Amino acid sequence: MQTTMKNLLVALLFITSSAQAQDKFFTKTGKIYFDCTGGIEKIEATNKSTTCVLDSKAGLIQFSVLLKGFEFEKALMEEHFNENYVESDKFPKATFAGTITNNSEINYAKDGVYTAKVKGKLTMHGETKDVEAIGKVTVKKGAVVAAADFNILLSDFKVAIPSVVKDKINNKVTITVDCQLDPLKS
Amino acid sequence: MRKLTFLFAVLLTSYGVKAQQPDLLSLVGEEKPKKEFQKNAFKSTRVIHGQSIEFLANGTLDFRILHRFGYLNTGVKNLFGLDQANMRMGLDYGISKRIMVGFGRSNINKEMDAFIKMRPIWQATGGWPVSVVIVSGMTYTSVPWTDPSRKNFYTSRMGFYNQIIIGRKFSNGFSMQVAPIMVHRNLVDSVANPHDTYAVEIGARIKLSQRISFMIDAHPIVSGRPTGAKDSYGVGFDIETGGHVFQLHFSNATGMNEKAYITGTTADFLKSEIRFGFNLSRVFTIVKPKMYRK
Repeated sequence: MQTTMKNLLVALLFITSSAQAQDKFFTKTGKIYFDCTGGIEKIEATNKSTTCVLDSKAGLIQFSVLLKGFEFEKALMEEHFNENYVESDKFPKATFAGTITNNSEINYAKDGVYTAKVKGKLTMHGETKDVEAIGKVTVKKGAVVAAADFNILLSDFKVAIPSVVKDKINNKVTITVDCQLDPLKS
Repeated sequence: MRKLTFLFAVLLTSYGVKAQQPDLLSLVGEEKPKKEFQKNAFKSTRVIHGQSIEFLANGTLDFRILHRFGYLNTGVKNLFGLDQANMRMGLDYGISKRIMVGFGRSNINKEMDAFIKMRPIWQATGGWPVSVVIVSGMTYTSVPWTDPSRKNFYTSRMGFYNQIIIGRKFSNGFSMQVAPIMVHRNLVDSVANPHDTYAVEIGARIKLSQRISFMIDAHPIVSGRPTGAKDSYGVGFDIETGGHVFQLHFSNATGMNEKAYITGTTADFLKSEIRFGFNLSRVFTIVKPKMYRK
């Protein structure tokens, strides 16, 4: 009976310690940039208030971004983006939930640059699509930088491009993610 | 027993990990911004004739060309009024998110006008339910004096207007505003003709599709009706194509500034003295947002 109690104690300790371990990293000021230039006029936007949480132990990464937070060079583009294309009143957020498939190859305790293969689901404009990207995880002094480039197709997310601007807007959007993550203290 | 406890412990930990999987974002208290200003209540800074609660973005220049034609019922010999064109060309500029200014010149009475428009109260989710906008402007006609032999004052050429617009974007498809306006003319042609005219503008937008809206803009005069003046009414469509907004409309007013269309509308809408007209707007970005400056 005594050994049982001891075992239980050890088990309990294990549980609490696992909950307190700093294996999660987060940011609320992550950067997401996209470019969908189709013609001469550059169409690009940046969002500097992306939320990102990385669970290094489970190899999970999640992003959430408010579409209204994208800043364009031209105010009219921003208006059209929100009003006509992504309809941010109806669908305010874009989210991504994915797993790092090669998580075991990344040592979050050791400084270095690692390649991360990410696979997950991107939800935007009411549509969810599988997205795969090869990103970069940089570990430096206990903080993590998650960066990636990938492409999506607007047509996959039912974002309609009117025929008059077909040659100005590229259906293929290049997305660049750059998030500086700090340890999440629970 | 020992094995059982171990199993129990393993189960517990694995359960704990699994429970954390679905929503990591909730761990950092992800939330919406508390206050969000309501944008795009109207497509343009004008409903049809009158100012709307909408503003230009700061640092953008709006080049506006306005046309008002002759009566539609003058028939094909006049190409339904298109033979008689009046126009105003103007430039508006957004100084900040809450202040814009504009200048223009109409061919009617060779009149120039300039205004400043401010938004002290801005409708926001988690804030004010309405926007309140103040517009103040003046006009200056430059037609030659009718009687150069008498002593003429330059102040006689001037007119002024002040307006308070209270408006609300009720939904994505419907916005409405009520805007009392006071127009003062320095010179009137007779004692019976009042200097001050008060009107209440009622404007609305009903969105028909993402790029086309139906517009209503009425300016009933409530007091100080100038001799021979009728209330101005307008209905029209806003059509947006890329960088342009076309406002195509039918109304009885020829005037293209506040003084002109409130005190100088002589056609009667109800007697179908209606004309076609359009506002064309093209915006240019003059000052880029900070992150795009090099």
